[in-house]
Amino acid sequence: MTRAGSAPVRRVPGTGVPPLLLLPAALGLAFLVLPVVAVLVRTPWSALPHQLARPEVLESLRLSLVSAVLATVICLLLGVPLAWVLARGELRGRSLVRALVTVPLVLPPVVGGVALLLLLGRRGVVGQYLDAWFGISLPFSTAAVVIAEAFVAMPFLVISVEGALRAADRRYDDAAATLGASRWLTFRRVTLPLVAPGVTAGAALSFARALGEFGATITFAGNFPGVTRTMPLSVYLALETDPDAAIVLSVVLLAVSVVVLAALRGRWLSGVRR
Amino acid sequence: MRIRTAALALVGLLSTGACAAGTGPVVPSSAPGASTSAPLAGTVTVFAAASLTGTFTELGHAFEAAHPGTTVRFSFAGSSSLAQQILAGAPVDVFAAASTATMSLVTDAASTGRATPAVFARNRLEIAVPAGNPGHVTGLADLARPELRIALCAPQVPCGAAADAVFAAAGLTPAPDTLEQDVKAVLTKVELGEVDAGLVYRTDVIAGGDAVQGIEFPQSAAAVTEDPIVVLPDAPHPEAAQAFVDLVRSPHGRAVLSAAGFEVG
Repeated sequence: MTRAGSAPVRRVPGTGVPPLLLLPAALGLAFLVLPVVAVLVRTPWSALPHQLARPEVLESLRLSLVSAVLATVICLLLGVPLAWVLARGELRGRSLVRALVTVPLVLPPVVGGVALLLLLGRRGVVGQYLDAWFGISLPFSTAAVVIAEAFVAMPFLVISVEGALRAADRRYDDAAATLGASRWLTFRRVTLPLVAPGVTAGAALSFARALGEFGATITFAGNFPGVTRTMPLSVYLALETDPDAAIVLSVVLLAVSVVVLAALRGRWLSGVRR
Repeated sequence: MRIRTAALALVGLLSTGACAAGTGPVVPSSAPGASTSAPLAGTVTVFAAASLTGTFTELGHAFEAAHPGTTVRFSFAGSSSLAQQILAGAPVDVFAAASTATMSLVTDAASTGRATPAVFARNRLEIAVPAGNPGHVTGLADLARPELRIALCAPQVPCGAAADAVFAAAGLTPAPDTLEQDVKAVLTKVELGEVDAGLVYRTDVIAGGDAVQGIEFPQSAAAVTEDPIVVLPDAPHPEAAQAFVDLVRSPHGRAVLSAAGFEVG
């Protein structure tokens, strides 16, 4: 991702992948791919059209897509500036801030949901004032779904963009400043276009993560059809009584994720592959 | 070609791992002090409804104390999830469900007729409200008020099915804001004060302590749930499993269950 502009690699005899690495690599690939294959093997394909036509399936798919898009927008609006500060800012304790930013990555999502509930819930640290002063109550709303998804997805964006910023050549910024551009203009017209592939990669990852979010959503936002029941929640609930339906829903979610990632990679990320 | 070989190797590795974990040998214990019948040993794996968390944990400790050399291992979750896990082949000795309907998912699928579930306790729904009752809830009809925050179990799990039954009996249409995956999740939302009321089992209200208050309602008689327990036909440790079931149904077990709010006998 950060190799943009580097010289093409020349193959020297005796280099390349050591054979000893091939077996674990193949095992690793199998471990990641086989569970997905199992879903496809067990999918009752004949039931697919019927399941897809069910209004509640369409409802949760629509909710999933809308909330994941909104969460990605929030990640972009807040995450890009955060990444800029982490990469370029003259900030004391920056490594601590970076560690804090990545906490949601390692936090079990359910814990994230509990944390959001304790902050923004009706009796939460901040939520009680939102409720008392503005009558805003977030849990059990679609807004809560978006917040939960943005919480778990934003670290992906920040890490991607920060990496891109670190790898980008700062001399272009310096040149722009020398030519009289304001800091804001430099950021907008020079820095941001330079790291655009990193931003896109981060946004794609964030979207995919948001789409798959389960634990924080069900804990913070609850589970109600049309309002907070996203596809992963539908899958989990269907598993209680109708495993076939759960498999079909899983396939749908899988297909959407793969299509989104493939489209984004083909379209915008080809330039950073090598 | 190479990938396929690796895949097979991986599958082999995983399945041997699973087998080793599932069928530990039943070694007759020579520990002194074990009770009257043949000494028991091994790990009894019990899948139990989330509503049984407190009572079964206590009974598990009592069982281990009475049969040195044994360990009782629990998985507490929504009965329906547990049933699906058992149907998917989880190596389980004892299953205790929160409804006979969920139990029959498992026993109907069992190949042999050895599994005969027995009802060991009954539970009924109660309205749980946060301490202080901020929503001024007095009865089941309040759960149909749209301005209140209400948490119910999803209809797919037993407590949700029971909730549907009581609302039907009362001729009410509830106005839930969330349909949770198990009864403990409803209780949590009540304890945190995020909802004004939730429909949980009487036992959950007692387990919630001071954080929640319970409100009984007459329509709860329409959906008294029965908790059945069974030793599964392919239990890895059938003798110890049966001994655990016997303990649950013994006077001691009944006392523990009764103290937690279950109706026994």
